[in-house]
Amino acid sequence: MTLRRTVLNGEHHALNARMVDFGGWEMPLHYGSQIAEHQHVRRDAGMFDVSHMLAVDVGGDDARSFLLRLLANNVDRLQAAGAALYSCMLDEKAGVLDDLIAYRLGAGRYRLVVNAATADKDLAWLHARAADFGAAVRIVSRRDLAIIAVQGPQAREKVWNAIAGAQALSRDLAPFRAAQGERLFVARTGYTGEDGFELMLPEEDAPAAWQALLRAGVVPAGLGARDTLRLEAGMNLYGQDMDESVTPLECGLGWTVDLAEGRGFVGERALRSIPARFTALGLVLLERGVLRPHQEVQTPLGAGLTTSGSFSPTLQVSIAFARLPPGTQEGAQVQVKVRDKWLQARTVKSAFVRRGRSLLAGHPAAPATATREPGAPQ
Amino acid sequence: MSVPADLKYTDSHEWVRLEADGTATVGITHHAQDLLGDLVFVENPAPGRVLRKGEECGVVESVKAASDIYAPLSGAVVAVNAELETAPEKINQGAYEAWMFRLKVADAAEVAGLLDAAAYQKLVEADAH
Repeated sequence: MTLRRTVLNGEHHALNARMVDFGGWEMPLHYGSQIAEHQHVRRDAGMFDVSHMLAVDVGGDDARSFLLRLLANNVDRLQAAGAALYSCMLDEKAGVLDDLIAYRLGAGRYRLVVNAATADKDLAWLHARAADFGAAVRIVSRRDLAIIAVQGPQAREKVWNAIAGAQALSRDLAPFRAAQGERLFVARTGYTGEDGFELMLPEEDAPAAWQALLRAGVVPAGLGARDTLRLEAGMNLYGQDMDESVTPLECGLGWTVDLAEGRGFVGERALRSIPARFTALGLVLLERGVLRPHQEVQTPLGAGLTTSGSFSPTLQVSIAFARLPPGTQEGAQVQVKVRDKWLQARTVKSAFVRRGRSLLAGHPAAPATATREPGAPQ
Repeated sequence: MSVPADLKYTDSHEWVRLEADGTATVGITHHAQDLLGDLVFVENPAPGRVLRKGEECGVVESVKAASDIYAPLSGAVVAVNAELETAPEKINQGAYEAWMFRLKVADAAEVAGLLDAAAYQKLVEADAH
Protein backbone atom coordinates (compact mmCIF):
# COMPACT_ATOMS: atom_id res chain seq x y z
CA MET A 1 0.00 0.00 0.00
CA THR A 2 1.27 3.47 -0.83
CA LEU A 3 1.79 5.60 2.22
CA ARG A 4 0.11 8.98 2.38
CA ARG A 5 2.36 12.02 2.52
CA THR A 6 1.90 15.42 4.07
CA VAL A 7 2.77 18.53 2.10
CA LEU A 8 5.99 18.73 4.18
CA ASN A 9 7.20 15.25 3.15
CA GLY A 10 9.89 16.71 0.88
CA GLU A 11 11.17 18.86 3.76
CA HIS A 12 11.63 15.78 5.95
CA HIS A 13 13.54 13.94 3.23
CA ALA A 14 15.69 17.02 2.58
CA LEU A 15 16.61 16.95 6.31
CA ASN A 16 17.50 13.23 6.10
CA ALA A 17 14.74 12.20 8.48
CA ARG A 18 14.25 8.54 9.35
CA MET A 19 10.77 7.99 7.90
CA VAL A 20 8.28 5.44 9.23
CA ASP A 21 4.77 4.23 8.53
CA PHE A 22 2.52 5.88 11.11
CA GLY A 23 -1.11 4.88 10.64
CA GLY A 24 -0.70 4.77 6.87
CA TRP A 25 1.28 8.02 6.68
CA GLU A 26 4.99 8.32 5.90
CA MET A 27 6.16 10.48 8.80
CA PRO A 28 9.53 11.44 10.36
CA LEU A 29 10.56 9.34 13.38
CA HIS A 30 13.62 11.49 14.02
CA TYR A 31 16.13 13.64 12.16
CA GLY A 32 19.23 12.10 13.76
CA SER A 33 18.70 11.94 17.51
CA GLN A 34 15.33 11.55 19.18
CA ILE A 35 16.74 12.49 22.59
CA ALA A 36 18.43 15.66 21.30
CA GLU A 37 15.13 16.68 19.69
CA HIS A 38 13.29 15.99 22.95
CA GLN A 39 15.74 18.10 24.96
CA HIS A 40 15.55 20.89 22.43
CA VAL A 41 11.79 21.14 22.87
CA ARG A 42 12.15 21.16 26.67
CA ARG A 43 14.86 23.84 26.62
CA ASP A 44 14.38 25.92 23.47
CA ALA A 45 12.03 25.25 20.56
CA GLY A 46 11.23 22.35 18.26
CA MET A 47 8.64 21.78 15.55
CA PHE A 48 6.57 18.83 14.46
CA ASP A 49 4.74 18.26 11.21
CA VAL A 50 1.37 17.00 12.40
CA SER A 51 -0.44 17.57 9.13
CA HIS A 52 -1.53 13.94 9.17
CA MET A 53 -4.00 14.96 11.89
CA LEU A 54 -7.30 16.19 10.51
CA ALA A 55 -9.08 19.47 11.16
CA VAL A 56 -12.85 19.22 10.79
CA ASP A 57 -14.96 22.38 10.75
CA VAL A 58 -18.44 22.09 12.22
CA GLY A 59 -20.90 24.90 11.52
CA GLY A 60 -24.57 25.66 11.14
CA ASP A 61 -27.49 26.73 13.32
CA ASP A 62 -27.38 23.50 15.33
CA ALA A 63 -23.59 23.10 15.53
CA ARG A 64 -23.62 23.82 19.27
CA SER A 65 -26.48 21.39 20.03
CA PHE A 66 -24.78 18.76 17.89
CA LEU A 67 -21.46 19.07 19.75
CA LEU A 68 -23.21 19.16 23.17
CA ARG A 69 -24.49 15.69 22.30
CA LEU A 70 -21.43 14.42 20.46
CA LEU A 71 -18.67 15.17 23.00
CA ALA A 72 -18.14 13.98 26.57
CA ASN A 73 -16.79 17.40 27.53
CA ASN A 74 -19.10 20.41 27.41
CA VAL A 75 -18.60 22.79 24.46
CA ASP A 76 -20.58 25.41 26.36
CA ARG A 77 -17.37 25.92 28.31
CA LEU A 78 -16.19 27.62 25.12
CA GLN A 79 -17.66 31.06 25.64
CA ALA A 80 -15.06 33.24 23.94
CA ALA A 81 -14.14 32.98 20.27
CA GLY A 82 -10.89 31.04 20.03
CA ALA A 83 -11.37 29.10 23.27
CA ALA A 84 -10.22 25.45 23.13
CA LEU A 85 -11.42 22.32 24.90
CA TYR A 86 -9.96 18.81 25.14
CA SER A 87 -12.58 16.09 24.89
CA CYS A 88 -13.24 12.45 24.19
CA MET A 89 -15.79 11.33 21.64
CA LEU A 90 -17.52 8.20 22.93
CA ASP A 91 -19.63 5.43 21.49
CA GLU A 92 -22.90 4.33 23.13
CA LYS A 93 -21.00 1.98 25.46
CA ALA A 94 -18.80 4.91 26.59
CA GLY A 95 -15.77 3.46 24.77
CA VAL A 96 -13.37 6.14 23.55
CA LEU A 97 -13.72 6.57 19.76
CA ASP A 98 -11.13 9.34 19.72
CA ASP A 99 -9.73 12.22 21.70
CA LEU A 100 -9.74 15.65 20.11
CA ILE A 101 -9.44 19.37 20.63
CA ALA A 102 -12.47 21.52 19.89
CA TYR A 103 -11.91 25.21 19.12
CA ARG A 104 -14.72 27.72 19.00
CA LEU A 105 -14.15 29.82 15.89
CA GLY A 106 -17.19 32.07 16.33
CA ALA A 107 -20.92 31.90 16.97
CA GLY A 108 -22.05 28.46 15.81
CA ARG A 109 -18.66 27.70 14.27
CA TYR A 110 -16.24 25.15 15.69
CA ARG A 111 -13.10 23.32 14.60
CA LEU A 112 -12.25 19.81 15.80
CA VAL A 113 -8.76 18.35 15.39
CA VAL A 114 -8.77 14.56 15.40
CA ASN A 115 -6.12 11.84 15.22
CA ALA A 116 -4.76 10.68 11.87
CA ALA A 117 -5.35 6.95 12.26
CA THR A 118 -8.97 7.50 13.33
CA ALA A 119 -9.80 10.33 10.91
CA ASP A 120 -11.89 8.26 8.47
CA LYS A 121 -13.76 6.50 11.27
CA ASP A 122 -14.37 9.86 13.00
CA LEU A 123 -15.71 11.52 9.85
CA ALA A 124 -18.12 8.65 9.24
CA TRP A 125 -19.27 8.89 12.88
CA LEU A 126 -19.70 12.67 12.67
CA HIS A 127 -21.75 12.45 9.48
CA ALA A 128 -23.93 9.66 10.87
CA ARG A 129 -24.58 11.59 14.10
CA ALA A 130 -25.25 14.82 12.20
CA ALA A 131 -27.90 13.18 10.00
CA ASP A 132 -30.62 13.96 12.60
CA PHE A 133 -29.83 17.66 12.25
CA GLY A 134 -30.15 17.84 8.47
CA ALA A 135 -28.92 21.08 6.95
CA ALA A 136 -28.56 22.72 10.38
CA VAL A 137 -25.14 21.07 10.88
CA ARG A 138 -22.39 21.30 8.27
CA ILE A 139 -19.27 19.16 8.54
CA VAL A 140 -16.28 20.10 6.42
CA SER A 141 -13.08 18.03 6.36
CA ARG A 142 -10.09 20.37 6.11
CA ARG A 143 -7.44 18.22 4.41
CA ASP A 144 -6.40 21.48 2.72
CA LEU A 145 -4.78 22.61 5.98
CA ALA A 146 -1.26 21.74 7.12
CA ILE A 147 -0.55 21.69 10.85
CA ILE A 148 2.84 22.55 12.38
CA ALA A 149 3.26 22.32 16.17
CA VAL A 150 6.04 24.62 17.45
CA GLN A 151 6.77 23.80 21.07
CA GLY A 152 9.21 24.87 23.78
CA PRO A 153 9.99 27.86 26.00
CA GLN A 154 11.25 29.87 22.99
CA ALA A 155 8.61 28.63 20.56
CA ARG A 156 6.34 31.68 20.57
CA GLU A 157 9.18 34.15 20.17
CA LYS A 158 10.64 32.15 17.28
CA VAL A 159 7.28 31.84 15.53
CA TRP A 160 6.87 35.62 15.79
CA ASN A 161 10.33 36.13 14.30
CA ALA A 162 9.73 33.66 11.49
CA ILE A 163 6.20 34.27 10.27
CA ALA A 164 4.90 37.66 9.19
CA GLY A 165 1.71 38.64 10.98
CA ALA A 166 1.95 35.89 13.59
CA GLN A 167 2.92 38.23 16.41
CA ALA A 168 0.02 40.65 15.88
CA LEU A 169 -2.33 37.68 15.78
CA SER A 170 -1.06 35.82 18.83
CA ARG A 171 0.89 38.20 21.11
CA ASP A 172 -1.93 38.36 23.68
CA LEU A 173 -3.15 34.81 23.25
CA ALA A 174 -3.69 33.01 26.58
CA PRO A 175 -2.92 29.29 26.94
CA PHE A 176 -5.61 27.10 25.33
CA ARG A 177 -6.82 29.95 23.15
CA ALA A 178 -6.59 30.33 19.38
CA ALA A 179 -6.82 33.15 16.85
CA GLN A 180 -7.75 33.04 13.18
CA GLY A 181 -5.92 35.38 10.83
CA GLU A 182 -6.46 35.83 7.15
CA ARG A 183 -4.62 32.62 6.24
CA LEU A 184 -2.96 31.55 9.48
CA PHE A 185 -4.71 29.94 12.47
CA VAL A 186 -2.61 30.06 15.67
CA ALA A 187 -3.53 28.03 18.76
CA ARG A 188 -1.61 28.13 22.04
CA THR A 189 -2.00 24.39 22.50
CA GLY A 190 0.23 21.35 22.15
CA TYR A 191 1.14 17.80 23.09
CA THR A 192 4.45 18.25 24.89
CA GLY A 193 3.81 19.94 28.24
CA GLU A 194 5.65 23.02 27.00
CA ASP A 195 4.41 26.42 25.94
CA GLY A 196 4.04 26.93 22.21
CA PHE A 197 1.72 27.09 19.27
CA GLU A 198 -0.04 24.80 16.88
CA LEU A 199 -0.18 26.54 13.51
CA MET A 200 -2.76 25.65 10.88
CA LEU A 201 -2.27 27.09 7.45
CA PRO A 202 -3.14 26.38 3.82
CA GLU A 203 -1.01 23.53 2.51
CA GLU A 204 0.58 25.74 -0.12
CA ASP A 205 1.91 28.07 2.63
CA ALA A 206 3.38 25.28 4.74
CA PRO A 207 6.80 24.60 3.12
CA ALA A 208 7.76 28.30 3.24
CA ALA A 209 6.62 28.54 6.89
CA TRP A 210 8.62 25.40 7.78
CA GLN A 211 11.75 26.83 6.15
CA ALA A 212 11.29 30.20 7.86
CA LEU A 213 10.97 28.44 11.22
CA LEU A 214 14.17 26.47 10.48
CA ARG A 215 15.98 29.74 9.73
CA ALA A 216 14.64 31.18 13.01
CA GLY A 217 16.38 28.34 14.88
CA VAL A 218 13.44 26.01 15.47
CA VAL A 219 14.74 22.43 15.44
CA PRO A 220 12.70 19.81 13.55
CA ALA A 221 11.53 17.00 15.81
CA GLY A 222 9.97 13.68 14.90
CA LEU A 223 7.32 11.35 16.21
CA GLY A 224 9.86 9.70 18.52
CA ALA A 225 10.43 12.88 20.52
CA ARG A 226 6.72 13.67 20.33
CA ASP A 227 6.02 10.35 22.05
CA THR A 228 8.50 10.79 24.93
CA LEU A 229 7.45 14.43 25.41
CA ARG A 230 3.75 13.58 25.65
CA LEU A 231 4.51 10.63 27.96
CA GLU A 232 6.45 12.89 30.34
CA ALA A 233 3.62 15.43 30.12
CA GLY A 234 1.09 12.77 31.15
CA MET A 235 -0.87 12.91 27.92
CA ASN A 236 -2.60 9.82 26.55
CA LEU A 237 -1.95 8.44 23.08
CA TYR A 238 -5.03 7.17 21.27
CA GLY A 239 -4.79 3.52 20.28
CA GLN A 240 -2.28 2.85 23.03
CA ASP A 241 -3.53 4.31 26.32
CA MET A 242 -7.18 4.25 25.24
CA ASP A 243 -9.53 2.99 22.58
CA GLU A 244 -13.13 1.73 22.34
CA SER A 245 -12.46 -0.91 24.99
CA VAL A 246 -12.12 1.61 27.85
CA THR A 247 -14.14 4.55 29.12
CA PRO A 248 -12.53 7.94 29.83
CA LEU A 249 -12.91 7.22 33.56
CA GLU A 250 -10.65 4.16 33.12
CA CYS A 251 -7.81 5.89 31.28
CA GLY A 252 -7.25 8.95 33.42
CA LEU A 253 -9.54 11.28 31.49
CA GLY A 254 -12.35 11.64 34.05
CA TRP A 255 -11.47 15.34 34.27
CA THR A 256 -12.53 15.81 30.64
CA VAL A 257 -16.01 14.37 31.16
CA ASP A 258 -18.82 16.75 32.15
CA LEU A 259 -21.66 14.80 33.75
CA ALA A 260 -23.06 17.81 35.61
CA GLU A 261 -25.88 18.90 33.36
CA GLY A 262 -27.19 15.63 31.97
CA ARG A 263 -26.73 16.80 28.38
CA GLY A 264 -27.51 13.33 27.11
CA PHE A 265 -24.22 13.05 25.24
CA VAL A 266 -23.36 9.84 23.45
CA GLY A 267 -22.07 7.33 26.02
CA GLU A 268 -23.37 9.27 29.05
CA ARG A 269 -25.84 6.60 30.14
CA ALA A 270 -23.21 3.87 29.97
CA LEU A 271 -20.70 6.04 31.82
CA ARG A 272 -23.16 6.54 34.68
CA SER A 273 -23.97 2.83 34.95
CA ILE A 274 -20.66 1.01 34.34
CA PRO A 275 -18.31 0.90 37.33
CA ALA A 276 -14.73 1.71 36.37
CA ARG A 277 -12.70 -1.47 35.89
CA PHE A 278 -9.32 0.28 36.07
CA THR A 279 -7.52 3.18 37.66
CA ALA A 280 -4.98 4.87 35.41
CA LEU A 281 -1.75 5.96 37.12
CA GLY A 282 1.84 6.71 36.24
CA LEU A 283 4.72 4.39 37.14
CA VAL A 284 8.34 5.18 37.91
CA LEU A 285 10.79 2.32 37.64
CA LEU A 286 12.97 2.04 40.76
CA GLU A 287 15.56 -0.23 39.13
CA ARG A 288 17.59 -0.15 35.93
CA GLY A 289 15.65 -1.12 32.84
CA VAL A 290 13.04 0.29 30.48
CA LEU A 291 9.27 0.09 30.86
CA ARG A 292 7.33 -0.62 27.66
CA PRO A 293 3.68 -0.92 26.67
CA HIS A 294 1.85 -4.18 27.53
CA GLN A 295 4.00 -5.22 30.49
CA GLU A 296 2.30 -7.01 33.37
CA VAL A 297 2.05 -5.19 36.70
CA GLN A 298 1.50 -6.76 40.15
CA THR A 299 -0.07 -4.58 42.83
CA PRO A 300 -1.35 -5.32 46.35
CA LEU A 301 -4.87 -5.15 44.85
CA GLY A 302 -4.25 -7.39 41.85
CA ALA A 303 -2.83 -7.39 38.35
CA GLY A 304 -2.54 -4.50 35.89
CA LEU A 305 -0.91 -3.64 32.59
CA THR A 306 1.27 -0.83 31.26
CA THR A 307 -0.17 1.00 28.24
CA SER A 308 2.74 3.33 27.38
CA GLY A 309 6.29 3.21 28.66
CA SER A 310 9.71 4.49 27.76
CA PHE A 311 12.79 6.16 29.09
CA SER A 312 12.29 9.74 30.21
CA PRO A 313 15.09 11.87 28.75
CA THR A 314 14.22 14.69 31.17
CA LEU A 315 14.13 12.62 34.37
CA GLN A 316 16.68 9.99 33.28
CA VAL A 317 14.50 7.16 34.60
CA SER A 318 11.99 4.89 32.97
CA ILE A 319 8.32 5.90 33.28
CA ALA A 320 5.00 4.44 32.16
CA PHE A 321 1.24 4.73 32.25
CA ALA A 322 -0.61 1.72 33.64
CA ARG A 323 -4.13 0.36 34.01
CA LEU A 324 -4.35 -0.82 37.61
CA PRO A 325 -7.06 -2.29 39.84
CA PRO A 326 -9.63 0.29 41.02
CA GLY A 327 -8.61 1.78 44.34
CA THR A 328 -4.86 1.66 43.66
CA GLN A 329 -3.32 4.77 45.21
CA GLU A 330 -0.37 6.95 44.31
CA GLY A 331 2.77 5.90 46.16
CA ALA A 332 2.03 2.17 45.99
CA GLN A 333 4.94 -0.21 45.54
CA VAL A 334 4.31 -2.47 42.53
CA GLN A 335 6.26 -4.92 40.37
CA VAL A 336 6.48 -4.78 36.59
CA LYS A 337 7.51 -7.73 34.45
CA VAL A 338 10.33 -6.38 32.31
CA ARG A 339 11.85 -8.97 30.00
CA ASP A 340 10.96 -11.91 32.29
CA LYS A 341 12.15 -10.18 35.48
CA TRP A 342 9.91 -8.57 38.07
CA LEU A 343 11.28 -5.07 38.75
CA GLN A 344 10.21 -2.66 41.48
CA ALA A 345 8.22 0.42 40.54
CA ARG A 346 6.12 3.04 42.29
CA THR A 347 2.75 4.50 41.31
CA VAL A 348 2.66 8.27 40.81
CA LYS A 349 0.51 10.91 39.13
CA SER A 350 0.80 10.40 35.39
CA ALA A 351 2.09 13.95 34.72
CA PHE A 352 5.86 13.79 35.17
CA VAL A 353 7.18 16.99 33.57
CA ARG A 354 5.59 20.37 32.89
CA ARG A 355 7.30 23.40 31.34
CA GLY A 356 10.74 21.89 31.66
CA ARG A 357 10.33 21.09 35.36
CA SER A 358 10.03 17.74 37.06
CA LEU A 359 6.78 17.07 38.90
CA LEU A 360 8.29 13.95 40.43
CA ALA A 361 9.75 14.29 43.94
CA GLY A 362 13.37 13.16 44.10
CA HIS A 363 13.86 13.30 40.32
CA PRO A 364 14.95 16.78 39.20
CA ALA A 365 15.10 17.48 35.47
CA ALA A 366 18.49 16.46 34.07
CA PRO A 367 20.86 19.39 33.55
CA ALA A 368 21.55 20.53 30.01
CA THR A 369 24.19 18.39 28.33
CA ALA A 370 26.60 18.98 25.50
CA THR A 371 23.80 18.26 23.04
CA ARG A 372 22.39 21.68 23.86
CA GLU A 373 23.11 24.40 21.32
CA PRO A 374 25.62 26.91 22.63
CA GLY A 375 23.90 30.04 23.87
CA ALA A 376 20.45 28.46 23.97
CA PRO A 377 18.47 29.67 26.95
CA GLN A 378 17.68 27.32 29.80
CA MET B 1 29.85 4.15 7.49
CA SER B 2 32.20 1.38 6.46
CA VAL B 3 32.32 -2.00 8.16
CA PRO B 4 35.80 -2.39 9.75
CA ALA B 5 37.72 -5.07 7.88
CA ASP B 6 39.62 -6.36 10.93
CA LEU B 7 36.48 -7.46 12.81
CA LYS B 8 34.19 -10.49 12.55
CA TYR B 9 30.38 -10.27 12.66
CA THR B 10 27.18 -12.17 13.37
CA ASP B 11 23.90 -12.04 11.52
CA SER B 12 22.38 -10.70 14.76
CA HIS B 13 24.61 -7.59 14.39
CA GLU B 14 27.30 -8.17 17.01
CA TRP B 15 30.89 -7.42 16.11
CA VAL B 16 33.78 -9.55 17.43
CA ARG B 17 37.45 -8.64 17.72
CA LEU B 18 39.78 -11.59 18.24
CA GLU B 19 42.53 -10.51 20.63
CA ALA B 20 46.08 -11.87 20.74
CA ASP B 21 45.54 -13.31 24.24
CA GLY B 22 42.81 -15.73 23.11
CA THR B 23 39.90 -13.55 24.20
CA ALA B 24 37.23 -12.01 21.99
CA THR B 25 35.81 -8.50 22.46
CA VAL B 26 32.12 -8.07 21.58
CA GLY B 27 29.95 -5.08 20.74
CA ILE B 28 27.04 -4.15 18.47
CA THR B 29 27.58 -2.79 14.99
CA HIS B 30 27.08 0.72 13.72
CA HIS B 31 24.18 -0.58 11.65
CA ALA B 32 22.53 -2.06 14.75
CA GLN B 33 22.77 1.16 16.76
CA ASP B 34 21.50 3.12 13.76
CA LEU B 35 18.40 0.92 13.58
CA LEU B 36 17.78 1.18 17.32
CA GLY B 37 18.29 4.93 17.69
CA ASP B 38 19.36 6.64 20.93
CA LEU B 39 20.39 3.94 23.41
CA VAL B 40 19.29 4.37 27.02
CA PHE B 41 20.00 1.03 28.68
CA VAL B 42 22.64 -1.68 28.38
CA GLU B 43 22.73 -4.95 30.32
CA ASN B 44 25.86 -7.06 30.02
CA PRO B 45 26.33 -10.70 31.06
CA ALA B 46 27.76 -11.12 34.56
CA PRO B 47 31.55 -11.54 34.68
CA GLY B 48 32.40 -15.22 35.03
CA ARG B 49 29.24 -16.42 33.31
CA VAL B 50 29.98 -19.20 30.83
CA LEU B 51 28.23 -18.56 27.51
CA ARG B 52 27.30 -20.96 24.77
CA LYS B 53 27.50 -19.67 21.21
CA GLY B 54 24.15 -18.20 20.20
CA GLU B 55 22.91 -17.86 23.79
CA GLU B 56 20.98 -14.74 24.79
CA CYS B 57 23.32 -12.95 27.16
CA GLY B 58 22.42 -9.26 27.34
CA VAL B 59 20.21 -6.49 26.06
CA VAL B 60 20.52 -3.03 24.55
CA GLU B 61 17.49 -0.77 24.70
CA SER B 62 16.81 2.49 22.91
CA VAL B 63 14.03 4.97 23.60
CA LYS B 64 12.08 3.02 21.03
CA ALA B 65 12.94 -0.66 21.29
CA ALA B 66 14.84 -3.45 23.03
CA SER B 67 17.24 -5.80 21.29
CA ASP B 68 18.78 -8.99 22.69
CA ILE B 69 22.51 -9.61 22.53
CA TYR B 70 23.64 -13.12 21.61
CA ALA B 71 26.99 -14.69 22.43
CA PRO B 72 28.88 -14.81 19.13
CA LEU B 73 31.21 -17.51 20.48
CA SER B 74 31.27 -19.91 23.44
CA GLY B 75 33.35 -19.00 26.48
CA ALA B 76 33.48 -17.44 29.93
CA VAL B 77 32.96 -13.69 30.33
CA VAL B 78 36.23 -12.18 31.55
CA ALA B 79 35.39 -8.46 31.43
CA VAL B 80 32.45 -6.12 30.89
CA ASN B 81 32.43 -2.45 29.91
CA ALA B 82 30.79 -0.97 33.03
CA GLU B 83 30.90 2.53 31.54
CA LEU B 84 27.94 1.61 29.35
CA GLU B 85 25.70 1.26 32.43
CA THR B 86 25.80 5.00 32.96
CA ALA B 87 26.63 6.10 29.41
CA PRO B 88 24.85 3.82 26.90
CA GLU B 89 25.01 6.67 24.36
CA LYS B 90 28.71 5.80 23.89
CA ILE B 91 27.48 3.06 21.55
CA ASN B 92 25.69 5.62 19.36
CA GLN B 93 28.77 7.81 19.39
CA GLY B 94 31.12 5.03 18.29
CA ALA B 95 29.79 1.50 18.00
CA TYR B 96 33.20 -0.06 17.32
CA GLU B 97 34.89 1.67 20.26
CA ALA B 98 32.13 1.07 22.80
CA TRP B 99 32.70 -2.63 23.43
CA MET B 100 30.24 -4.50 25.66
CA PHE B 101 32.05 -7.56 27.03
CA ARG B 102 35.04 -9.81 26.50
CA LEU B 103 35.03 -13.59 26.66
CA LYS B 104 37.71 -16.29 26.78
CA VAL B 105 37.24 -18.20 23.53
CA ALA B 106 36.50 -21.83 24.46
CA ASP B 107 36.47 -23.31 20.98
CA ALA B 108 38.59 -21.61 18.30
CA ALA B 109 36.84 -23.68 15.61
CA GLU B 110 33.68 -21.61 16.15
CA VAL B 111 35.43 -18.54 14.74
CA ALA B 112 35.06 -19.95 11.23
CA GLY B 113 31.29 -19.63 11.60
CA LEU B 114 31.45 -15.82 11.99
CA LEU B 115 30.95 -13.44 9.06
CA ASP B 116 33.81 -11.43 7.63
CA ALA B 117 33.39 -7.72 6.83
CA ALA B 118 32.39 -8.30 3.20
CA ALA B 119 29.71 -10.84 4.15
CA TYR B 120 28.36 -8.55 6.88
CA GLN B 121 28.30 -5.59 4.50
CA LYS B 122 26.16 -7.68 2.13
CA LEU B 123 23.79 -8.50 4.98
CA VAL B 124 23.40 -4.82 5.84
CA GLU B 125 22.71 -3.92 2.24
CA ALA B 126 20.12 -6.69 2.00
CA ASP B 127 18.49 -5.26 5.17
CA ALA B 128 18.10 -1.94 3.40
CA HIS B 129 16.49 -3.84 0.43
